[in-house]
Amino acid sequence: MGASQTRTEDVFQELSDKTGFSLEQIRILHKRFRQLSGEEDTISKENLEKIQALDKNPIRNQIIEAFFDKRNQNDGEVGSSREIGFQQFVKVMCHFKPPTLKMTTEDKEAMRREKLRFLFNMHDTDNDGTITLDEYRKVVEELLSKSGAIGLEAAKAIADAAMLEVASINVPHMEPHEFYEGITFEHFEQILKGLEMESRMNIRFLDVDTSTMHCGKSQ
Amino acid sequence: YIRLYPKRQRSEAENKDVPLSLSEELQKQVLHNESSVLSSVFPGFHLIPRLSSIVPESCLLITVGLLVGGLIKLAGEKVPPVLDSKLFFLCLLPPIILDAGYFLPIRPFMENLGTILMFAVVGTLWNAFFVGGLLYAVCQMQSAPSDLLNLELLPCLLFGSVVSAVDPVAVLAVFEEIHINELLHILVFGESLLNDAVTVVLYHLFDEYSSVGTVTVVDAVLGVLCFLVVAVGGVLVGAIYGILAAFTSRFTSHTRVIEPLFVFVYSYMAYLSAEMFHLSGIMALIACGAVMRPYVEANISHKSHTTIKYFLKMWSSVSETLIFIFLGVATVDGDHSWNWTFVTVTVILCLVARIIGVVGLTFIINKFRIVKLTTKDQFIIAYGGLRGAIAFSLGYLLDNDRYPMRRMFLTAIITVVFFTVFVQGMTIKPLVELLAVKKKQEAKRSINEEIHTQFLDHLLTGIEDICGHYGHHHWKDKLNRFNKKYIKKCLIAGERSREPQLIAFYHKMEMKQAIELVESGGGVKLPPSVPSTVSMQNIQPKKPPPVERALPQIPKGREDEIRKILRGNLQKTRQRLRSYNRHTLVADPFEDGWSDLLLKKSKMIELEKKMNNYLTVPAAPPDSPTITRARLSSDPQTYQMKQMSDSVPTIQVDLASPQSPDSLSLLDELQRADQRRELRRRPPPDEEEGGLMMRPPQARGGDQGEEGGPSAKEQRLQRCLSDPGPSAEDDEDEPFLS
Repeated sequence: MGASQTRTEDVFQELSDKTGFSLEQIRILHKRFRQLSGEEDTISKENLEKIQALDKNPIRNQIIEAFFDKRNQNDGEVGSSREIGFQQFVKVMCHFKPPTLKMTTEDKEAMRREKLRFLFNMHDTDNDGTITLDEYRKVVEELLSKSGAIGLEAAKAIADAAMLEVASINVPHMEPHEFYEGITFEHFEQILKGLEMESRMNIRFLDVDTSTMHCGKSQ
Repeated sequence: YIRLYPKRQRSEAENKDVPLSLSEELQKQVLHNESSVLSSVFPGFHLIPRLSSIVPESCLLITVGLLVGGLIKLAGEKVPPVLDSKLFFLCLLPPIILDAGYFLPIRPFMENLGTILMFAVVGTLWNAFFVGGLLYAVCQMQSAPSDLLNLELLPCLLFGSVVSAVDPVAVLAVFEEIHINELLHILVFGESLLNDAVTVVLYHLFDEYSSVGTVTVVDAVLGVLCFLVVAVGGVLVGAIYGILAAFTSRFTSHTRVIEPLFVFVYSYMAYLSAEMFHLSGIMALIACGAVMRPYVEANISHKSHTTIKYFLKMWSSVSETLIFIFLGVATVDGDHSWNWTFVTVTVILCLVARIIGVVGLTFIINKFRIVKLTTKDQFIIAYGGLRGAIAFSLGYLLDNDRYPMRRMFLTAIITVVFFTVFVQGMTIKPLVELLAVKKKQEAKRSINEEIHTQFLDHLLTGIEDICGHYGHHHWKDKLNRFNKKYIKKCLIAGERSREPQLIAFYHKMEMKQAIELVESGGGVKLPPSVPSTVSMQNIQPKKPPPVERALPQIPKGREDEIRKILRGNLQKTRQRLRSYNRHTLVADPFEDGWSDLLLKKSKMIELEKKMNNYLTVPAAPPDSPTITRARLSSDPQTYQMKQMSDSVPTIQVDLASPQSPDSLSLLDELQRADQRRELRRRPPPDEEEGGLMMRPPQARGGDQGEEGGPSAKEQRLQRCLSDPGPSAEDDEDEPFLS
């Protein structure tokens, strides 16, 4: 019992060093992981789908899928896992760390790119490196999926307008016969430049500098 | 309350509560008129380019005020007490605050609310006590006999509280010109708005206590309680009036003209009610404006929205100008009692207190913030703590009997105000450049950003749920859902209540582009925005080569001819549309029921789909982006090839709107307006060409119901085409989304 505990602690320590989370945070995440997995070592999609709070979320499926997407593990693999372990879980969580005060501009750029990459992977479901019009349409449809018929009608138009905008900004002069294949990662970065992802795409309690993490727990 | 009902009457001759004699009244009026004229002439400052880039407007205005005051004094007349506290708090201040509150960017405000509150409450308290306390200490240290020695602690603290409040008017005036990034702007500005509650409570408390003489702990606790009541009460009063206004606006669809009036009246009533109950009027006004805005904007017409916007801007501009001018006049006029020690110590202490306060607070705040405040940010926040007319007016309200030092206080306050406005106001711009502080991003909100903002919101909420953490986003999401489910249903009229935000945004964009299209005269000149030649063709997913090209192989030359004809007709039509016929007044399509029209349109699109056998004329050659965008904003499905179940080619010109039975039954103005709008937004291949009406050889499985339509419709169309378009009536300078 004692041996396995120290081993877990070592594992935690290793994870903490690798990902930059504090030990405390890793422990909390681990507790949650066990809760979700039902005391197993791995989580499958069904475990995540059981979370009630997610039901109202229009992009629920994409979020769950993102956890199992091998691309987010930065291993160079592609495809979708059926189950993930704690390490992969933490790896995905890494994408939501806020920037620290001591980061340089380059670090911030790198962090922004990482977060944008995560978003990009969520949109690019067939993993061809571009977000095609159909994929983008699907994104907007999902976003408006809880809004009934009005949503679906407008989704198409909105997605088209958005795509046009991306094309106009990135490739301003196209001949009528040319075809804009899809949004590449560079174009994606370009259009979302104004949003400053590194400051927005954060979960507060994953702030590595604070030690206060006793906001409410659910379930 | 202190502002409206000064408890103690002053007995001096120049007491404004004594009814003014006729000549004084007249003088007051004349001065007011002069100032109003001046304030309208004042924009002339902008004509001197170098001047306005170096010196902020507020400084110039104060200088003008000084001149005017000086002139009046030279003329030997007695300067009427223009910065009448009543006038100030009742007439001059509310428009500025309402303008600020109505257009408050809610998202950044809420995200930084904790920080703002910290600065506003704790910061102001710190400033007040620091300045007041140290001033008292300095006064006690006076070896010389001066009256400073007689200054007790409580009056000092009172003075400290008056002089330490950051002034929203001054901040607005200066920050508007330096265009710093949104975060800093909202921090300083939010602080200046929210510290009103603190100032009010402190002022009131110290005023009371200094008559009592001693302060007990109970009093201090009561003071804190008082603060909570004042602040929360003010916000509640404002919110209630805001909801009332929103609710009223739901029913104004038949009385569009007076819609702006409701907004103004309810807000002003919120302010007065709050002041009447001794609550914080400024916070009430802010709460009212911020609460009512989303609902009111969904309900009112486009024109009312423009009216509200421009009236608010106008009033707040005029008020601001007047305030600064009067400040100048009052400086010249006021009887001053200059005391070197007091004044210099005050100025220095104010600066020091501000700096220490900001640095200390940031240290604590950064522990809780995700995006930390850097040193540069702290400097700007500290440097942007400007004092202004509110401090002066509060000082003016002091009772001369109880505060023999009043004149000295006033002098000191004026000096601090002048110092901050002139010195800090003038130097902040070069400092911002020097420190390379991030500036405001000028880019307008794009649809992609909007999509991803929403996406992010949901994503972060989802992740929080997965982590089991009831954070920030979780509660925000809950609030949004509550809003959508219950509140919107009550407060927004008609169909709009169910419109998701993304779609609302998209429609706004569409409308803006439609306006731009109309204003640019139908694509004759390119709009200043993205000049790209990308059109929908470039984006449509590659379909397999059109095997089922229902139009039999027209030789390429013929196709080009057709296109040319269509394009030519389009331009002719545009010119026709623009010919103004005063005798035919048409309902403004941009007015009533815009959203209803859009929804009707979407329903009609659905019905269209049921009609089979229509194909598109091949998309027109790349026109100017405006046309493309306008075309795009309507249903792009029109431009896709439909798989033909049969090989008989049919040509049907796509008449978007009027095919549905719905529209046929509604023969009203709106309907015609709808058609016209549809027409304008669907250039070449469609129906605008009066001459080129290609009627379908009727399709099988045809829509019998619609057959009665075409002839009546055609007539309507002809009539419509000769009507003046809204571009003739459109007298707005810019699309209402600026």
